[in-house]
Amino acid sequence: MSAPIKIRAQIQGETADVRILMQHPMETGQRKDENGQTVPMNFIQNFTVSLNGKAVIDGQLNTSISRNPLFTFKARGIKAGDKLSVTWTDNLGERRQDDTVVA
Amino acid sequence: MHELRRRFLKGGASAALLSPLLGTGLLTPSAVLAAEWNKSAFTARNINDALKAYGATGAGETRDIVITAPEIAENGAKVEIEITSNIANTRSLAIFADKNPMPLSSVIEFSGPVLPYVRAQLKLSETQRIRVVAKTSDGKTHVAFREIKVTLGGCGG
Repeated sequence: MSAPIKIRAQIQGETADVRILMQHPMETGQRKDENGQTVPMNFIQNFTVSLNGKAVIDGQLNTSISRNPLFTFKARGIKAGDKLSVTWTDNLGERRQDDTVVA
Repeated sequence: MHELRRRFLKGGASAALLSPLLGTGLLTPSAVLAAEWNKSAFTARNINDALKAYGATGAGETRDIVITAPEIAENGAKVEIEITSNIANTRSLAIFADKNPMPLSSVIEFSGPVLPYVRAQLKLSETQRIRVVAKTSDGKTHVAFREIKVTLGGCGG
């Protein structure tokens, strides 16, 4: 079971900062563990951010995004009560979705 | 030539599949559609192949994409970069690290009220040049560069 996605929107006047933390190891497939075994590739390939049910950000990632990817976006007109959802899918087919309501 | 044709056919097929949904209101053209992971671009092993697969070989250099990043990164496993595009109608931003084993690092597409801005953290294998490609809704591509020195690489063990 993967760890929850942390989603935070901070409204600053006209625009809001939306921060998304997806907890994921983002293994490159090049790293070796303490026994010298190569750790297999495991990384988030796609993520989608929806605002009130409508997809507004679509991301495609590679192994070269840091572990536990943190993204910040900016959007206009987000207000308290809006619903933000984030879904990611990794290369092994695992998925995770979490929602938040803007405070 | 062949690749272009294939992409065209693929694009045509997915548009045909989606068009019945457009009428139902399930999908609206203004919303981003979850794009398929661009395998050929992401797995390209050098910058020229990656740019070609992403369709950005003809990108013109611009000062309207602002890349903020540390000049010297101590830890290549986590280098924070911030990108703002001041180009009207920017639909997507793609981040390439020229010397990483797989140069294309991420592609972010925006729609609706989202501004063409992103802050993300990259792994950088060595000191190198970062390039950001912005695609606009009319299909044009623009590129900007930024050099980052890395003291400790972030891609291996």
